[in-house]
Parts: sequence; structure tokens; C-alpha cells
Amino acid sequence: MTYLLKGARVLGGEPKDILLKAGYIAEIGAPGEVDGTGAGHIDASGLIALPGLVDLHTHLREPGREDAETVESGTAAAALGGFTAVHAMANTSPVADTAGVVEQVWRLGQEAGHCDVQPVGAVTSGLAGRQLAELGAMADSAARVRVFSDDGVCVSDAVLMRRALEYVKAFDGVVAQHAQEPRLTEGAQMNEGAVSGRLGLTGWPAVAEEAIIARDCLLAAHVGSRLHICHVSTAGSVEIIRWAKSKGWDVTAEVTPHHLLLTDAFAEDSPTGPYNPIYKVNPPLRTRADVVALREALADGTIDCVATDHAPHPVEDKETEWPAAAMGMIGLETALSVVQEAMVETGLLDWAGVADRMSARPARIGRLDGHGGPLKPGAPANLTLLDPATRWAVDPGGFASKSRNTPYQGMTLPGRVVATFLRGRPTVLEGKLT
Amino acid sequence: MMRHLLSTADLSRDDALLILDTAEQLAQVSGRSIKKLPTLRGRTVVNLFFEDSTRTRISFEAAAKRLSADVINFSAKGSSVSKGESLKDTALTLQAMGADAVVIRHGASGAPHRLANWVDGSVVNAGDGTHEHPTQALLDAFTMRRRLGDLDGRRVTIVGDVLHSRVARSNVHLLHTLGAEVTLVAPPTLLPVAMGDWPCEVSYDFDAVLSKSDVVMMLRVQHERMNASYFPSAREYSRRYGLDPERLGRMPEEAIVMHPGPMNRGMEIAAEVADCARSTIVEQVTNGVTVRMAVLYLLLSGSEPAIGGNQ
Amino acid sequence: MNAARNQARDDEPRSNGEVVPGGGRPVDGERAVLEAPDINRALTRIAHEILERAKGPEKLLLLGIPTRGTVLARRLADRIEQVEGRPVASGSLDVTMYRDDLRLRPARALGRTDLPKEGVDGRIVVLVDDVLYSGRTVRAALDALNDLGRPTAVRLAVLVDRGHRELPIRADYVGKNLPTSRAETVRVCLAEIDQRDAVLLRGGQR
Repeated sequence: MTYLLKGARVLGGEPKDILLKAGYIAEIGAPGEVDGTGAGHIDASGLIALPGLVDLHTHLREPGREDAETVESGTAAAALGGFTAVHAMANTSPVADTAGVVEQVWRLGQEAGHCDVQPVGAVTSGLAGRQLAELGAMADSAARVRVFSDDGVCVSDAVLMRRALEYVKAFDGVVAQHAQEPRLTEGAQMNEGAVSGRLGLTGWPAVAEEAIIARDCLLAAHVGSRLHICHVSTAGSVEIIRWAKSKGWDVTAEVTPHHLLLTDAFAEDSPTGPYNPIYKVNPPLRTRADVVALREALADGTIDCVATDHAPHPVEDKETEWPAAAMGMIGLETALSVVQEAMVETGLLDWAGVADRMSARPARIGRLDGHGGPLKPGAPANLTLLDPATRWAVDPGGFASKSRNTPYQGMTLPGRVVATFLRGRPTVLEGKLT
Repeated sequence: MMRHLLSTADLSRDDALLILDTAEQLAQVSGRSIKKLPTLRGRTVVNLFFEDSTRTRISFEAAAKRLSADVINFSAKGSSVSKGESLKDTALTLQAMGADAVVIRHGASGAPHRLANWVDGSVVNAGDGTHEHPTQALLDAFTMRRRLGDLDGRRVTIVGDVLHSRVARSNVHLLHTLGAEVTLVAPPTLLPVAMGDWPCEVSYDFDAVLSKSDVVMMLRVQHERMNASYFPSAREYSRRYGLDPERLGRMPEEAIVMHPGPMNRGMEIAAEVADCARSTIVEQVTNGVTVRMAVLYLLLSGSEPAIGGNQ
Repeated sequence: MNAARNQARDDEPRSNGEVVPGGGRPVDGERAVLEAPDINRALTRIAHEILERAKGPEKLLLLGIPTRGTVLARRLADRIEQVEGRPVASGSLDVTMYRDDLRLRPARALGRTDLPKEGVDGRIVVLVDDVLYSGRTVRAALDALNDLGRPTAVRLAVLVDRGHRELPIRADYVGKNLPTSRAETVRVCLAEIDQRDAVLLRGGQR
């Protein structure tokens, strides 16, 4: 399979022709100067070429909740969103806390073929927070697990967290912490602030996230381990991570697209009225000041990467009263557009910056070989082509994801993925699955 | 385009006064031997109660029946709801039954707002979680107006668990709309953390505002708060925030005492205060029926409602 | 909302009692069919007729239908008192809740109901309204009275009868019979509300 991508702007630069051959980038040259004899020609003029995106935080729901998402449907959504690799979170049923389950998920990903699926292993057995799962067995399995997380639940026990941080050093693993102090968030529904007070919904204080992040940074420093913070949502968290990094500690962090764009005001005032749980998510949407701080932190590198926290839920789990609704939003098919809206169109990041935050850095944190670029001859041909000039009205009816719980329905967002290549093979062409 | 009564924040001053004036006229009906009006004949009002609240349900039921509406009581206990039916499916059932109005009491804040998306009829919020209880605030305002006249410039002090109180939220909006000056008094643990934009004053010191109050409204302290570290003990709460005869004595002569019920006698309010002549607690119950008649009349009698926020 | 408040009593096909900008002043195309002295004379005559038929004021209760019926009932009561030298009971009876056209229009504000403490039992109730048209308002008033008690007799006094009855109802005392077409509008102005007395007719002529 050979493809010649004609006139693509690599990381937003001058138009180039890119030749993909035998799974690798064979040549990049000025337009018309690359020999594309025998190759499939793709008109990429006006399109931006980015390394295939890597998501550190995806819920594929299989095994257990195939009504919400499957590996097949979730990875199809990922490919349409420009991703060539996703990290599948461990809170499935059964929990991905053994070599058997992570290998099953990994194989399902291989069979689906839309993008690479890198399973995340649970930190504790059954996400119960009592004893460590068999982290080494998962690391040694065919799935080669390097990221461990109890996501959805915080590893709140300080001793257990310390042990996990220490233990994964043996195989260069990282613990990705879902920072949520459980006692401070009992029954919590949304960000604790003016809006929660007015709506009478139980508040979810920023300090519940920040206290755990501060503790874990100190623990990681103490034992000399890597720590990754999932879905940072507050300005205070940004300050703590900035401080930890200034100490030279090996702390990384991610932010979701929705925390870069949306605020808790949507709970009170949205096109669909107040109390629509489509905006209910963990961690909760915060304030405008938090959004501004998160954008700045992503721009200056304090926050390393964007991770979708794609969390599919069936319709019946969202068409309820707010407190009864499931937490989470889907995000794979809108992530790049939201980042363009929040970061590129605001001048905070250029396309090289987007490639760094959505591909290179997450691949490095996940120790994922073959992904993350750079786009140069000899590198694996994992890349995506984006039309940045298009604006589109979000309609979840057209999504590949089995779920429809997007908060962006009806919004108009910039940028659409036109094509995605996984090791030289197109998974998406002309905006459609191949 | 049906309209609803979901929050007192949706009521304009004109809306609020129209409800109170209408209630004033309807109050006469309670004194007649035939306490029934034919106005809502053929209309169906569903009382959809997901929480036990016999007082509120009976009050709405009496109001609807005095207006000749057909009343269907739908209690969540022992119904399909307790078997896991969703609020939306319940709503579609009521819709199919032709409910012209649904009066909903629900433990989840915002449940009436969600319901309003799923039914064509009017939705009346009869208390949602820790959010609002609009008809309680309306009957409180009606009671105050009957005792004190125009509420413009009147000083109303609301004391107790503001954080979890739907009565407090509804009263703050409505009384502000009607021109009263509201002060909320509570221990800091029982106030929301960010109240900067609430149209009222906030105080931790009951005694400081007592002598400047035309109305003192005591809120019920729920039993489940007592063991959750919101305050050290029932005794300490009662000492700092309870209304006892001694505090009553320091209120202005004509000031009145209110309580939405049910009361914890001896906790937030002393028995002799609850039963004194300045207490309006029994009137509040009577006025509840009248005010709810006014709301149902204004929402249901015409081709379109005369009050209520857009949804 | 505003419409509901302005039309304290929103009548049958609007013909009377309407509050319009301009108060008592005629608007374009309106002409006065009764002026203040005519109204005065009519009310005096009706007061005498009521008295004569009731054989004295003792059992009488004049109930006006808001808004202008209430004013007319008050005036009739005053005249009867002048003649007899004794007060006669009067009040107002709002019929909104008994109307049969509630669902054809937006919900509306209620008018006042003021009854003497003793109620209506055993009284000769004279319902007073400004304009008699379809008869539906009077039908509603009869129903309302029925829920209030059992008068000995119920009679009807109106300032203007413009015809076009839709129910078997007729007035016992009429200020003026005014043949109209349905296309016309009759508007009664009373000094207490509109700063002048007049009955104005509009429309109908092509």
C-alpha cells in the first residue's frame, strides 16, 4: 500500500508531498518533486498533517458494557477523530486487573484494526482500593501495560498509592491518578461554587482534587517515581503541578477537551434548559477562571497533554434527573476540533504544539513505541490529515461511537479530520471509515 | 408552548402579585359552605410524589379538587417507579393519560425541570431536592402580606439549614422580587460556599438581626444533619440558632414567627413560641390551599397560562 | 400577562367593560349613544322600578358584576337610599371562575367578590351589569350565586341591552335597548373608572 499525500501542510507549515510506503513515511518533499508512481494519490491541499493522535484516557467499555461502546465502535470513533492509538481504561466489567483481561482488550483492538489499543491496567484489584493488582503480570503480558490507573475511583489510601508508585518503577510504568478525595466528594454532583449553591446540587470542591494531587506529587518525589495526573480540572491543580515540575519531579498531567471549553454555567443555562446531565462529568466542569488557567497550562507545558476521557453512556443513563445520571462525555470525535477552538484559534498553540500535546507527549508518557511522530522519512506512517478551514455543526447521530452523550450537540466547531493512516494503511478517507 | 412553575426566580413582580391577589380572592371560597368552583372541570392534575410529603400532597389535592379538577395521586412507593422505571418513562405515561398538570415532589434537584422537557402539560414544582419549593414561598409571602400588608421594605430573617433548604431558596428569590429585605442566618457549615450573587444578606449571628426583623422564619433541621458534623450537637444548635421565648421577647412587637413545618419542637423552635399568637404556623397551612388554587387556576384555566417561566 | 391584568373581567365577545387607552374619550369612529344625563335618568328610573317591585329595600341585595357592574350597583344603591332614607345592601360578584369561555383565552385575573356577612339566603338579589349581550356572563353569575346560597329571587338590571342573546336570559330592568350588529362594539364609560359617563358605539357601518 503506497499513498502520495499531495500538498499537505506538515504541522501547519508549507505544503509538501508525503509518500507513505510499506507502513513508513518514505519521503517528504516539495510539491511535485516526490515520485508517486504507482501510489494512490490523495489531494491534501489545504489540509494539515499531524502525527496520529494518541489518547491516554479512553473508556471503550468492553468487556461488560457493550451497550455503551465496544472496542470496535470506540476505536472507529478514535480513527475518525484522528487517533492512531488509544489507552483503554481499566474500569470495565470484569476490571482490567489481570493479564487475561488486558490481553483480551488488546486483542480486540488488533482485530478491530481502526487504531492501536493499549490497555491500562488497574492499580488495585477490582478497583477496590485495598490491594495491588498484579501489575507486573500485566506489564509482562502481550499487552505490555505501562500505564496503571483506577480511573473512576481515586487511589485514596496514601500507603497503597506509595506502594503502587514504587512498584511500577521496576518496569518503567506510571500510575495515572484520578485525583478525588472521597470524603470531600460524597454525593457530589457538580463544581462547588455559585452555580451549585443556586441549583441546590451537592458541591464538588476543587480542593478535593488539589489535595490528592499535592499529596501524590510529594509521594512521587519521596519515592522517586513517575506520576501522571488524569483530567486536571482546576486552576489550583495547575499551580501545584507547576510547583512540582519546578522541583524537577517526574510529574505529568493531562486535561480533557471539555475542561478546556465548557464551564459549570452549562448546568444552569444551556440550550436544553437547566439540569441537563449531558454536562455531568467527573471531574466536574469548573469555572471560567479554571478554563483560562488550564488553557495557559497546556500552552506553557505545565499540563503535558490532552486526553479525551471519552466516556460513553447509553441514552437512558443521561435522560434522567441530574443526580441519577451517569458521569461522563464522549469526546474522541470532537477532541481535535475542541482543541482547535480552545487553543489554536485563541493563539495559545500552533499546530506543532497541538502535535506535541496530542501525540508526542502522550505517546512518551505511555511509553508507546511507534506513535507520537515526528513526521519524517523513516518514521512509522501514523498520521492524520485535518481540514482546519471547515466548520461543522456537531450531530452525534453521525458518530461512530455507540453512545450519543456529547455536550457539543448543536455547537459549531472548527476543523474536521479528512484522513487517518495507521502504519501506512488508511483507516479514514474523505472523513469516512475505510 | 406550555408554561410551568418551577422556580420563584422565574416569577416577575407582576406574576407574583397576580398570584397573591388571585389567592386573596380565592381565600373567600374557604369560608363558604360550598367550597368548590367549577373552573377546572374536565382538567386532570396528577400529584407525582417521589418523596413522602403528606402535607404538601393533601394541600395540592384539596386545591385541585376545590377547582373541580380530576386528581390522580401517583406515589412512587409501591408503583412502577420503585421497580426501576425512569422519570422519563413515568412522564410519558402521564402524558399518555392526558395530564394537564403534573405536581411533582422529587428528591433530586432539577427533576421538575427535566420533567418539563418530557410532558406537554404544566409542571408545578412541589419541592425538588435541595433546590426550590415555590408554592411554599408563595404561601409564606401570602401569609406575611395578610399579617403585615405590603412586603416592600419589610425585613425577613430566615434561620436554619440554608444549604439544604428549598424553602430558603424559593423565599429569597420571591421576597426579593416583592421588595422585602431578606437576611439568612445559619452556622457557616449550613450555608453554600459562594453566595455573593444571592439577593440577600447573610449572618452567622441570630441575635444581631433579631431585633431588626419584621418576620422570623425558622427552617426545619433535618435529623440526618445532626450526625454529620454540621454542628456539634442539637443542644448547641438550639442554643445558638433556636427561637426560644427569650429571643421572641427581643423581637419587635408586631413581628411574626413562621415555620414551613414539620417542626422539631424544642430544637429550632420552642413549643411555646410555635403556639403563641405571633406564630402563623397554622395559617400557613390554610393559606397553602388557597395559594395552590391560585397557581393551578392561573396555569390551567385559560388557553395559555398567565404566570410562570418559559421552559 | 398584561392582558390578563388589564382585563379584570374579560367578557364574552368583547363589548363592554373594556379598559382601553384613552379612558372615557371616544376613539376614532366611536359615537356616544348615551351621555351622562341619559345614564343618570336611566339609573334613577331603574332604582324606582326595583324598589317598586321589591316593595321596599329590606330584602334587596344589589350585586354588581365587576368592573362596571359593581359601579352601577353602587349608584343604584345610593339612589334607593336617597328615595327611602334607608341603606340598601350592595356588593360585587365576580363570575370569572364560572365562565364558559375560560379555555378560549389566556388565564385572567379575578375580579372582586364582596358580599354582606349575612350572605344571599332569603334575599332578593339584583344582578347589575353594564351591557347585556350573549347572556353568558349572567349565566355564570347565576351559577356563582347558586354556590353561595339560596336567594328568594334573582333579577337582572343592565344599563344597555344590545341584543344577540345566545341563552334564554332577559333583563328585568333595562336602561336602554340598543339595537346593534355583531360587528359593532359597545363601550360603557363610568366616571368612577373612566372620568366620564357615556355609552359609546363603534364599527358596523361600512
